[in-house]
Amino acid sequence: MNLKLDFAVLLHDEYPKLLVEGVVNMLQLTGYAWLLAMILGTTLALIRMTQNRWAERAVAVYVEYHQNVPMLVQIFLWYFGVTTLLPDFAQLWVNQHHSEFLFAIIAVGMCMSAYISEDLRSGIRSIPRAQMEAARALGMSYLKASRLVILPQALRIALPTLVSHTVLLFKNTSLAMAIGVAELTYATREIESQSFHTVEVYLLATMIYLGISLLIMAVGSVLENRYRIKAR
Amino acid sequence: MTDILTILRDNWVLLLIGQYPNGPLGGLAITLILSVVGLALAFPVSLLLAIARVSPIAMLRVPATIVVYVVRSVPLIMFIFWVYFFAPLLIGRTVSGFTTMLVTLVIYQAAYLAEVIRAGIEGLPKGQIEASRALGMSYLQTTVKIVLPQALYNMLPAMVSQFVSTIKETSLGYVISVNELTFAANQVNSTLLTKPFPVFILLAMIYFALCFLLTRYARYLERHIASKRAGSLRTMPAKPAPAAAPV
Repeated sequence: MNLKLDFAVLLHDEYPKLLVEGVVNMLQLTGYAWLLAMILGTTLALIRMTQNRWAERAVAVYVEYHQNVPMLVQIFLWYFGVTTLLPDFAQLWVNQHHSEFLFAIIAVGMCMSAYISEDLRSGIRSIPRAQMEAARALGMSYLKASRLVILPQALRIALPTLVSHTVLLFKNTSLAMAIGVAELTYATREIESQSFHTVEVYLLATMIYLGISLLIMAVGSVLENRYRIKAR
Repeated sequence: MTDILTILRDNWVLLLIGQYPNGPLGGLAITLILSVVGLALAFPVSLLLAIARVSPIAMLRVPATIVVYVVRSVPLIMFIFWVYFFAPLLIGRTVSGFTTMLVTLVIYQAAYLAEVIRAGIEGLPKGQIEASRALGMSYLQTTVKIVLPQALYNMLPAMVSQFVSTIKETSLGYVISVNELTFAANQVNSTLLTKPFPVFILLAMIYFALCFLLTRYARYLERHIASKRAGSLRTMPAKPAPAAAPV
């Protein structure tokens, strides 16, 4: 095997543009999907907390579905399947407006919201019920008590698993390449097939993924230290 | 719903075993073979990684830690492409998609499984190691006879969950055209053309049935082991643990 690394190749032609676009798309996908996952996940966790039996079952089905089906299959189902169920004008709109990006956000966000709701639920469960009762007795509404008393503590307890699931979400945005979202993995393959400098471009992409994952983990551990609940 | 049943009736052979008698094995069969063999091969590697991760010798601990962190920080799809491009270069001949996927799964699962086993090792009470060392057992003896049997037994539920992850990860074989379940479903979809929604719902349902059963089994094991630990702490360490891979 004769390997000569020539990273200067990656500066030729339109490669830098492809790479930068790939990284930007990847980060946007991660950001939007993360927001969706957090909002949905928190909502689901709060619904489960109400202890209404039917609501609880519905959330359980949602969570089990998203945890037991591969994310790639979920992406396919949204992109190839759900689009065909839309009314004609919506299909037309979706086809003209980079639907792959939109559906990747929905698929990744909804899948990860199942994991995040489970993280938050175990966080919420570790807080004594008496705190909710006390907050309600002080005249707070259910939502206000959740927002001001329960969630701030539950979030801190759930932080380590939330961070590792954020990393998982970030890594899984790479699956969006299967439906043609021009994120980093997609750009990497493009450049590889045009330039044949396989090692350089895959090494660079791997380093970018590695760097951002480690960055998320580092930010997570800083947050964990700052917001640790002091022992009483 | 009738669509789904019709598709299942017309294509169950392709989804289950691919073109097997007349061509290569495929579909669900390949998915299962990949995940079972992948996890079984990853197990010994992960055991060594986990032991190195908790070793007092920095020469072992540091490289193992780096390997685990790197593998866990990079998407599986990147590893698939690395193996896809470099396995042929390394051994000098073409490598089938199946082998590529298997090698990738072994690398990836070894790192994840190592963390599961490490958690099991670190979850044991320190007193046990001290006691066995005080009885004159060497570090190696303590690890093999005292620590690992208990750590592996306690971590059985987590290993079943890891098996579920492996099944889900085999779906990525699709990107390098490994003839597994997701790939088979895509073939069905491209022959039918007009029924993508029922096809992919069916695909999701097959994965769900398989993985949900295993997840349930993991939860059952978890309760079983927890009640065993709580109920008879004194007899627990004496019980020999099934040390083989959970598959």
